[in-house]
Amino acid sequence: MTTLLEVAGVSRNFSGLRAVADVSFRVPEGSIFAVIGPNGAGKTTLFNLIAGMLAPNSGSIAFQGGRIDGLTPDEVCRRGIGRTFQIVRPFPALSVEDNVMVGALLRHADPRQAMRRAHEVLRRLDLFDKRLQEAGSLTLPDRKRLEVARALATEPKLLLLDEVMAGLRPTEIDRIVDILKQLNREGLTILLIEHVMRAVMSIATRVLVLHHGAAIAEGPPADVVREPAVVQSYLGAEAL
Amino acid sequence: MMALLLHDVPRHALVLLGLFLAGLIAAPLLANDYLLTVLIVILYFAYTGIAWNVLMGFAGQLSLGHALYVGLGAYTTAALYVHFGIGPWIGMPVAILISVASGVVIGFLAFRFGVAGVYFAILTIAFAEFARIGFDHFSWVQGSSGLFLPVANRATNDLINLRGKPAMFYYVILALTVVAFVFCHMLLRSRVGYFWQAIREDEVAARSLGINTFRYKMIAIAISSGMTAPAGVFYAFYYNNLFPEQTFFILRSIEIILGPIIGGIGTLFGPVIGAFLITGLAELLEEFLRISGLDIPGVKRVFYGVCLLVVVMILPHGIWPPLARLLRLGKRKDKQDEPGA
Repeated sequence: MTTLLEVAGVSRNFSGLRAVADVSFRVPEGSIFAVIGPNGAGKTTLFNLIAGMLAPNSGSIAFQGGRIDGLTPDEVCRRGIGRTFQIVRPFPALSVEDNVMVGALLRHADPRQAMRRAHEVLRRLDLFDKRLQEAGSLTLPDRKRLEVARALATEPKLLLLDEVMAGLRPTEIDRIVDILKQLNREGLTILLIEHVMRAVMSIATRVLVLHHGAAIAEGPPADVVREPAVVQSYLGAEAL
Repeated sequence: MMALLLHDVPRHALVLLGLFLAGLIAAPLLANDYLLTVLIVILYFAYTGIAWNVLMGFAGQLSLGHALYVGLGAYTTAALYVHFGIGPWIGMPVAILISVASGVVIGFLAFRFGVAGVYFAILTIAFAEFARIGFDHFSWVQGSSGLFLPVANRATNDLINLRGKPAMFYYVILALTVVAFVFCHMLLRSRVGYFWQAIREDEVAARSLGINTFRYKMIAIAISSGMTAPAGVFYAFYYNNLFPEQTFFILRSIEIILGPIIGGIGTLFGPVIGAFLITGLAELLEEFLRISGLDIPGVKRVFYGVCLLVVVMILPHGIWPPLARLLRLGKRKDKQDEPGA
């Protein structure tokens, strides 16, 4: 499998605190790659480094063979990386469809074409019936799906999902897992941060475990959860 | 083109808009000179409010210095007319160019270096103040003693040189307002309109969706400042005198933004209805006080303050959004996407 995203020796410090320390990994094209780890492990910082919100202090990030570290978030998105935010950021005064429309307009300059594209995405995320509601009036699970819809509308090759399942009920998690699996089958590569282990185990093809900013394990999910270092730092001894 | 423009506008909204416009076109036939003067002032504020609304209402950047663009537009065309006999319609593109140039400089300084929110507003005030003080000492346009346009015979209308009776000025500002309104309607439905609204709502999220926010904020300030300049041209040729102390005064900028705030920031019709309400009511109040023999200086400003207070407290989004809901003037749902249609 070809590598879509390559993170090589990336570090990022926040005045003395090493949030991400010399992390390297490759995301193969077509995979669902999960990043897990306890709170404060540096997962979101790693995401922000990939998405262009932060620049690494050292190391490099390459997407489809081209360096993307140091690019601005909008440039990274135009290269083909979509992202969601852990704390959702809808455009509250705009309708649900207009939120997604903003994303769709990136690849379709004609508003009518973009609207058709936005409606397709809304149907996939079960938001079509709510398309005329103000985004600010949505419930949290709907807002999480709107985050995904908006990012998808930019037609990314790689989708970064920052805890889109946190706070969802089990049935809602199953539904979004189904949607993501279907998108993946159609060729979308997904890199996700997730705490919901049940979802990670069922969806991820590869897992990377971060602890204190460093990668302590990487591999297929079934192998990773058995590694003693992972059990000790993250899952807790009782998981054994 | 027209179909694209109107496809999501409810039919009865078009009818109402048509009736409203017909009333405005017919107004000079019925109105006396005083009423016509008031209507001219109302439309002037509707126009400038629409132009300001592009920057603040659509793109979310608060300018408190739009008097700068009015003043530059006014002084440019007036100076060209006084010194070289160049008519206002030829002077207008020059005025727009100068206005846009100043807007772009302010925008670049602010948006390139992350000046936003209140700090951006202060920057816009600062530039208007620079202009006010600078023009006070700008002898080519007579500095603080004021620039006067030759007042011609008002018996005939000379549209080319904008010399004539109030009715002519009325139709000029009405035409400008209609053009600006339609232009904004198009902007809101275009890619740039959506991108502006995304930036207004959440700039970080907008960037993550691939929007070059710097570029689109620059486009917003360029269009807004450019649209404001013709109001200055009108101002110069209607009032025939320009004083830096008045033209660039911060109160002029505040008056411009009252209409959109009261009518509804970010809405198409808000600046128009806001201008009608606030200017109309203020004039009514003054007239009423004059008739009842009470002469209270500054009553208009107190009235503006009270209006602002009431609207901000009771209708924080302005008068237009609830009124539009009441009249069912919201966006029409796209029929082609309904099942079975």
